[in-house]
Amino acid sequence: MPEEGMEDNKGREERPKWNNKAEYLLTCIGFAVGVGNVWRFPYLCQIYGGGAFLIPYLIALVFQGLPLLYLELAIGQRLRMGSIGVWNSISPYLGGVGVASMVVSFCVSLFYNTIVAWVLWYLFNSFQDPLPWSQCPLNHNNTGYVKECVESTPVNYFWYRQTLNITPNMETSGSLQWWLVVSLATAWSIIYICFIRGIETIGKAVYVTATFPYLVLTIFLVRALTLPGSSEGLIYLFTPDWEILKNPQVWLDAATQIFFSLSVAFGGLISFSSYNSQKNNCERDAVLVGVINSATSIYASIPIFAILGFKAHTNYVTCLNGNILALTNEFDISDMNITVENYEQWFDSLNGTHPSRVSDLNLKTCDLQTFLDQSASGTGLAFIVFTEAVISMPGSQVWAVLFFIMLFSLGLSSMFGNLEGILTPLHDLKLVPKWMPNELFTAIICLVLFLMALIFCLGSGNYWLEIFNSYVGSVPFLIIAFFEIIAVAYIYGIGRFSDDLEFMTGHRPNIFWKVCWLVISPLMLFVVLVAYVAVQAQTHPTYAAWNPDYVNFPDTEVLPYPDWVFAICVLLSSVPVISIPLVAIYRLICCMSGRHSKGSLHNDPNPYANEGYVVES
Amino acid sequence: MLVRILVLLYLAGAPALAQTLCQPNASNGCRVRISIKTALGNQAYEWNENEMFLFRATMAFAMRRYYKTETYNVDNIIMCNQTLRVSFWFVVTSPENSTMLIPKADVEKAVRMSRHRINNAFLLTDRTLEFLGIHPTLAAPVNPDTPPWLIVFGVVIGAVFAGIIALLVSSLLQKRRKEKGMMEDGQDEEDRQMKGVENDNVLDGIYNRGFTDDDRFTKL
Repeated sequence: MPEEGMEDNKGREERPKWNNKAEYLLTCIGFAVGVGNVWRFPYLCQIYGGGAFLIPYLIALVFQGLPLLYLELAIGQRLRMGSIGVWNSISPYLGGVGVASMVVSFCVSLFYNTIVAWVLWYLFNSFQDPLPWSQCPLNHNNTGYVKECVESTPVNYFWYRQTLNITPNMETSGSLQWWLVVSLATAWSIIYICFIRGIETIGKAVYVTATFPYLVLTIFLVRALTLPGSSEGLIYLFTPDWEILKNPQVWLDAATQIFFSLSVAFGGLISFSSYNSQKNNCERDAVLVGVINSATSIYASIPIFAILGFKAHTNYVTCLNGNILALTNEFDISDMNITVENYEQWFDSLNGTHPSRVSDLNLKTCDLQTFLDQSASGTGLAFIVFTEAVISMPGSQVWAVLFFIMLFSLGLSSMFGNLEGILTPLHDLKLVPKWMPNELFTAIICLVLFLMALIFCLGSGNYWLEIFNSYVGSVPFLIIAFFEIIAVAYIYGIGRFSDDLEFMTGHRPNIFWKVCWLVISPLMLFVVLVAYVAVQAQTHPTYAAWNPDYVNFPDTEVLPYPDWVFAICVLLSSVPVISIPLVAIYRLICCMSGRHSKGSLHNDPNPYANEGYVVES
Repeated sequence: MLVRILVLLYLAGAPALAQTLCQPNASNGCRVRISIKTALGNQAYEWNENEMFLFRATMAFAMRRYYKTETYNVDNIIMCNQTLRVSFWFVVTSPENSTMLIPKADVEKAVRMSRHRINNAFLLTDRTLEFLGIHPTLAAPVNPDTPPWLIVFGVVIGAVFAGIIALLVSSLLQKRRKEKGMMEDGQDEEDRQMKGVENDNVLDGIYNRGFTDDDRFTKL
């Protein structure tokens, strides 16, 4: 039974423990495996030459992902504290790394749960027949369909108008969309109920949230492989284009994808492993989590692309059928004489005999390749492309419900890690008043996050979410991870770290890990960071706005960010990491003025020093 | 004799007269396009004279329904220019005067009124039995009083709140029980402290008993 939260007379608590190893592993896997594995990796695989992309991806996993993962799990397990406590222990000058982790986790929790709220909204709407995104609604006098819907597609209309109610640009904020607020409240309530008793309830919840996506992916795999056009999608996905490896952008994207996919530098993994007993083989855990994460990405891309192939095939057939109908009507040919198979022959013969009449029909060029190229990633994949594919599948409601529950589980298990990266450091910093029970503190944090996330429920919310995603969820992590690895490898010392690892796992780390920590990983991180910033800085950032009055509607209008928004972007990238130099300077000043070597007490926990006697002011 | 010749001429000329009434692109004519194979696939029937007769009868029915008179007959519906597509033109003549055509607007209204019956007679739909120029009626959207998503949301949020309250209450009860248990055996405090869990660091050292805070046992 967990000995969690037991209090003695003095009010000191014993650290919570995992019920069993499986819960711990499932939680870490659930944290690492998120919606990005489903909607970002397949897209990258597709645009970067299919099977060939696996090479830079796996190289990045082995030389950058796994060492970082092992490092985080190890220091969390050894020092038994959340991110702030851990970095304070390793070096008080680098305590800012922990603070930065916490701030970044806070910002990511804000927008990530909004995505979960959108998934919930779609899930609630999947219990209808017909699905609301399958047809256009009528306009008010019932004479025709809504103009915006007719010009774009019902799926786009449902996403941009009936879900987001998006404004034409960022300057117009619009109002709060009550249905999104309701969905967001549901999402935060569900998070809260899973966090009520800390890892006791999380450990139970992950049995479902971490395993259910695999079940759904398998079901989709079986279903998708029986759909027509699925094989074209799979061939398109996996056909390797070896030339693409010469493009440095591919390597950059592979490195960043592995990095963000493993969810390092959030502080969540440190928190989770701090609840372990010290004698636990974290090396095996790290390799397991890393490999399962990548395997899930690859496994998820198969049904996704089978279904996208089916969608492309359906669009192609619809396009051809439109042309066939036009030709049949124009030339009064018997019904169903022209079919998809003999369309080419009929077209050639008719074009030969009556070229002017055929050209007047303005037939569309239907190319399967063009439809396959219409790929999307992120929310576009889930809410536009996939929902369109689901409409054409028999039994659409079932597939829609399954798909959105899967996305919800993926998002929920990742949110556990995000929130844990905020709560555990706060507990360790002893910022929680003694009288406040944990449940109340968690509730307050969830409430604060919910209220701040209401900004994403405005009309312009989606634009702000993209900004948060691009600026908070990228560069700060790279910086934090870089400092993490420098701190452990050089400041804490690889020798002392190896001693700790020997104590925990029973054997010293082999030469591969040491070389990675000392040289390869920091170098890779540095190069990736510099390259990423360089690529971003080259162009003035723009965003794609959905503007029904745009000349080229339904194409999105590409607008530049206004200056004040751009300033906010820069702030979002820099404020989380500004704590790293700030804390270092602060400690330096304290150290210079006070001449107290309080720091050394934290550096080597001397069992004979009896810290219980340090006067707590 | 003359009468017989006149009758013969009339009988020969009437169809011809009817044909001149029905012309493609005539101002009062309607074009119809039928796609039987698209609608019925394997169960498609062949379009022949009998089906044409059924069409004329259905149109006569539609006209009767619209004008609420019983004078329309199959002869009043004249069809021409049939193609293999299957498509044809038809015009409607007035029952009183067979040379006078009913205006297109009235024919359209009659068709709209009985569209559903006409479709069903042929097992077709608005899309596969097209009257060119008459737009299909848009299906009125089903607007339930409570949107279905709200119902699902209500169920989910109800379950979540019930769970939260249940868990909070059980935590509270657990804590009260523990507090009661702890007050009864305060002797165990000393033992528990010996585990050395200070400041959340499990110290593997030896706990220095000399510094135990055991004042309360030496009240004397």
